[in-house]
Amino acid sequence: MRARRIKLQAFRVAVFIACGLFFLVPIFAMLEFSTRGNDLSSPRSLDAWTRIPSTPELATAITVSLELALITSVMMLVLILPTMVWVRLRLPKLSRIVEFICLMPLTVPAIALVVGIKPLYIWISLNFTDSILALSFAYLILVLPYAYRALDAGLGAIDLKTLTEAARSLGAGWGTVMLRVVVPNMRSAILNASLLSVALVLGEYTFANLMNYENLQVAIQFVSLVDANTSIAVAVAALLFAFVILLVLSFVGRGRVPAGGLGRTR
Amino acid sequence: MPFFVYVGIFLILPTAIILAGSLVGPDGSISLSNFDGINKPYMYKAFITSFEISAVSALAGAILGALLAYAVATGNPNGFLRRIVMSASGVVAQFGGVTLAFAFIATIGTEGFVYKFLVDRGINIYPDTVWLFEPQGFTLIYLYFQIPLMVLVFIPALDGIRPQWREATESLGGSTWHYWRYVAGPLLFPAFLGCTLLLFANAFSAYATVAALVTQGGIIAPLQIQALLTSETGSSQPGLAKAVALAMIAVVLVVMSLYALLQRRTSRWLT
Repeated sequence: MRARRIKLQAFRVAVFIACGLFFLVPIFAMLEFSTRGNDLSSPRSLDAWTRIPSTPELATAITVSLELALITSVMMLVLILPTMVWVRLRLPKLSRIVEFICLMPLTVPAIALVVGIKPLYIWISLNFTDSILALSFAYLILVLPYAYRALDAGLGAIDLKTLTEAARSLGAGWGTVMLRVVVPNMRSAILNASLLSVALVLGEYTFANLMNYENLQVAIQFVSLVDANTSIAVAVAALLFAFVILLVLSFVGRGRVPAGGLGRTR
Repeated sequence: MPFFVYVGIFLILPTAIILAGSLVGPDGSISLSNFDGINKPYMYKAFITSFEISAVSALAGAILGALLAYAVATGNPNGFLRRIVMSASGVVAQFGGVTLAFAFIATIGTEGFVYKFLVDRGINIYPDTVWLFEPQGFTLIYLYFQIPLMVLVFIPALDGIRPQWREATESLGGSTWHYWRYVAGPLLFPAFLGCTLLLFANAFSAYATVAALVTQGGIIAPLQIQALLTSETGSSQPGLAKAVALAMIAVVLVVMSLYALLQRRTSRWLT
């Protein structure tokens, strides 16, 4: 019994050290690379980092990606949350269909979806707008499964029916019910869904690259061709930003990052 | 409802475009001629390479991920270590694309810090070719997101294992080997297999990481789609990209259906 405990502890320590090395060394290597001087003998410098704001391509791309992230999150909440509430209360028969639709992007690889969505975007750019912000419509599709799971967990945790009936019987309209009853009661689920959307949009490359829009990831790759250090610096910064967002999420939300998803940022 | 209008336009319509477009030949008639375009040695090669990378990275990722998951699951369920590993896995499982490619270039690229460290000690990890930019390299890089994904999806099954089952085995005179061979192994196997399939689908769909590493050629199926999309104007076969996309969807759909079946089987004992 005792021998088994010691063996188990040794196994655990070995696994944690090996995995820690495998996962931390590449991130450390990026930091190391981005602080290299011009040649091998020169001392460490933060030049690559200070060049970020003065590289116009990157500055624009960072702004654009943050805007995309914001628009996608807001659209997600405005479009999906009321639908889910409505389906739960009034049309429970539709719930299977809504779930199926929301999880569908998991079985259609982004690289395949882009083939079908590209003609749509050519049409949009010819007839409406060629702004990159139109990408947020496509990103909303990518976000759908994660947002659905997070919001579904949040809705499942509250007694939606009693809450809305109570509010309605006190004379509240549907707008008031949504904004002042439903939303405050599922704050952490909403935060969860929004932060996941932000992280996903900031890392998105496939759609933007193949539909010729320049978002953060595409810009990082362009810049890497002329200034590898700076683009790696931005990549680390974006990564750490996403890391902080998701860590905040896992502690504030007290929930966990929804498991089992297929990464869509790849 | 606006939701249905929206998914109709941006999800159902594109899927329909792929389906319909793959069945329309160059002359506008309905035919299977686009699928002849897949029936080419270079397409086969791309799909086979995709299969190989996905299978190896799924299997290796599943084994290593299961070991990490086991190390986590045998610790304190509310402990700090578990929290950190789970949060970090959630982040890293989503990690990919340009940043991940950079991370490995900065580590074991020929300018990389670990590469140089090893060379200084007389170890050259690239005796013949720089395999980082070859399928072997992609497989290694994929492990970076496959292992954490495995941890996330496999831990629920491990948590379902009850300590009483081990005690019962021991009170009946069973050894550790007997426990794993006849109790825990058969219970965990469907879950393990299911998670491996999920990892396979995950790797099979991955595009951005390899796209960031190699700029030329169509080593894997997603890169063939990329090549077809960027040269689509004036191409003789506009339906080919759709046919390849449909083939990829079909593969993922089959794998994910098997995954769903195995999940149901797992939940009979481990919930």
